[in-house]
Amino acid sequence: MLAAGLVLWFFVSNTARNLETLRVASGFGFLAREAGFEIGETTFIAFSAADSYLRAFCVGLANTFRVALIGVAVATLLGTLIGLGRLSSNWLVAKLAAVYVEVMRNVPLLVQLFFWYAIISENLPGPREAVSPFPGVFLSNRGFAVPVPVAHAAYWWMLGALALGIAGAIGFTAWARARQAATGAQLPSGWIGLAMILGAPLALFLAFGAPLALDKPELSGFNFAGGAALTPEFAALLAGLSIYTAAFIAEIVRAGVLAVDKGQFEAADSLGLPRRRAMRLVILPQALRVIVPPLTSQYLNLTKNSSLAVAIGYPDLVSIANTTMNQTGQAIEGIAIIMAVYLTISLSISAFMNWYNQRIALRGAAR
Amino acid sequence: MSTLALPRPAGAPGALGWLRANLFSSWPNGILTLLALYLLWRMLPPFVDWAFLDAVWSATDPKACRAAKGEGACWAFVAEKHRFILFGTYPYEEHWRPALGILVMLALYTVSALRRFWRPRLALFWLAGLTVVGVLMWGGVFGLRYVENERWGGLMLTLLLATFGLAFAFPLSILLALGRRSQLPMVRGFCVGYIELIRGVPLISLLFMASVMLPLFLPAGVTIDKLLRAQIAMILFAAAYLAEVVRGGLQGIPRGQYEAADALGLSYWKKTALVVLPQALRISIPPLVNTFIGFFKDTSLVVIIGLFDLLTSIKVSLQEPAWTGFGVEAYIFASLVYFVFCYTMSRYSQGLERDLDRQERPGARMGALRDA
Repeated sequence: MLAAGLVLWFFVSNTARNLETLRVASGFGFLAREAGFEIGETTFIAFSAADSYLRAFCVGLANTFRVALIGVAVATLLGTLIGLGRLSSNWLVAKLAAVYVEVMRNVPLLVQLFFWYAIISENLPGPREAVSPFPGVFLSNRGFAVPVPVAHAAYWWMLGALALGIAGAIGFTAWARARQAATGAQLPSGWIGLAMILGAPLALFLAFGAPLALDKPELSGFNFAGGAALTPEFAALLAGLSIYTAAFIAEIVRAGVLAVDKGQFEAADSLGLPRRRAMRLVILPQALRVIVPPLTSQYLNLTKNSSLAVAIGYPDLVSIANTTMNQTGQAIEGIAIIMAVYLTISLSISAFMNWYNQRIALRGAAR
Repeated sequence: MSTLALPRPAGAPGALGWLRANLFSSWPNGILTLLALYLLWRMLPPFVDWAFLDAVWSATDPKACRAAKGEGACWAFVAEKHRFILFGTYPYEEHWRPALGILVMLALYTVSALRRFWRPRLALFWLAGLTVVGVLMWGGVFGLRYVENERWGGLMLTLLLATFGLAFAFPLSILLALGRRSQLPMVRGFCVGYIELIRGVPLISLLFMASVMLPLFLPAGVTIDKLLRAQIAMILFAAAYLAEVVRGGLQGIPRGQYEAADALGLSYWKKTALVVLPQALRISIPPLVNTFIGFFKDTSLVVIIGLFDLLTSIKVSLQEPAWTGFGVEAYIFASLVYFVFCYTMSRYSQGLERDLDRQERPGARMGALRDA
């Protein structure tokens, strides 16, 4: 222990002396200084070169969350489809899914990101000859332009109604389940819950007069105006991350479904449960027990992998921290911020997973 | 016995029967098959045209390639640049040295993969192999010209980072895993903290930390060159992940083994070295190989701190003005190289898992009974 203490003191004194030589101040005071660089794309937070470094970091964090959340959604959907496809009894579909999984898992993510970025920036035409697979959607080497609904007060009310509807549905389902346990009387809680979730926002939508104006992108000058634009960097990052992680999720889903004993299907059949109720009540809970832990770890991997954005120029947290470190020389603080953020995300996901595992753990002796 | 001629049973074998059973067994399946076939028909012939039939296979200048852009792939790019991609900026006349180094490293992997050689002597073999590689690359002895490591690059550097990284990270990970299970609170606290910290942050932040912060930790005037810094970061990163795998292996050993070793009066280190570790490592080899595959892919990240591995040399070749715009062909080639390595390792790991399962099953069942 004494030796460890001496080594630590050696490093710390060297660091202090070196920082003094370089005339770099320690501490996080630099965060209040003016940033002096522009950020290519922002999420919900406006940013200009006159804003502080702290605001720049917040923009980076928002960008990271944006690509991570959308990436997680797309990857889960794609991964589940491919995982189930690999289990299909159709030989062609199963083989195609297997080829996808093997290819995507064995090529590094960075190579895939560069590949997608090369395809978008080199092989797509310029905005004047943009490819249009669907009316209103334009793909060009300056990015993707998609139509978006015009902002309207009704949408915020609908969002609030949606949140209330979800809370109401959860509460109602819990109450109906307790009632069934106590008295045996059943209520179609699934349908009623769905009606709550969809009905309230729909009612508000109609009450506001069904506002459905779309802001369509139109060619003006050298680029598209109107609509929402996805920059090539964001599109490449999203495509690369989702496609890569979907391959791993496909394997997890396949392992989860295969882990459920065939006897369970047969037992549910012999109890007279129709196929869909058997899936919901018997198979899926057991499959999810096997699927959820590695799935959350893949979500964590996707979030950590989004840090590769620095290689293709998407301004996420690591990329902005890198620019800041280059400009101010505050290397230790910058890296400490990056590590603290990712550590917080990963520890919270681990805590959630521990809670989930304890909730669904098989009590009593393991088989 | 009567010779009654019975009709052939339904579900006949043969091509038609196989098609019916596997591709068209039900309406949804049939529609899926037709959809998949249509997609393949739309995508595969244009791709084959682009990649093979209309491609430019060799050209000394890019004019032929540019003429074919959009219709044919430019594999001439790879043919022109393959030496740079394989060996980086290593001096041209000495290319036989990194080539020999690559062969030695591949031989190390192959030998370690054969189960006949799974003995403690394997460590000596690795030590000898790595020393030979070091001598070949650096030179300066035996009449070989000295080549400083700023000139190493390409595929050779990728293999070097992966091999040396694994060689040093593996013993470190065993120590970490044992430390995490130890009874001393300081040791356990340090190991748990280290493992959770490294596993919770992206590799990029560790590479940044190594390349930017490490010079600050050292006295002025002492410098570590970039390759060593990156190698240290990769070793620390790999050790944390491998430690979790080894820990899983240690947990998989029945407690009776520990108790039997204690009953024989073995000290902690003797017990660990002679009884626990051989069994733990044997169980954890398939997940170890999977972690190594991930680690091999992660060496591609050093492009971000400016080290010249396979991916960087491909990227740099693209930046030459004559050859810009051929990114798609270049990255397809990079994917192919990585795919060959990683797919081979992953098939090996699957085969190994099957073999070990088959071998261990009788013992495992007995172990489960005894520990109920």
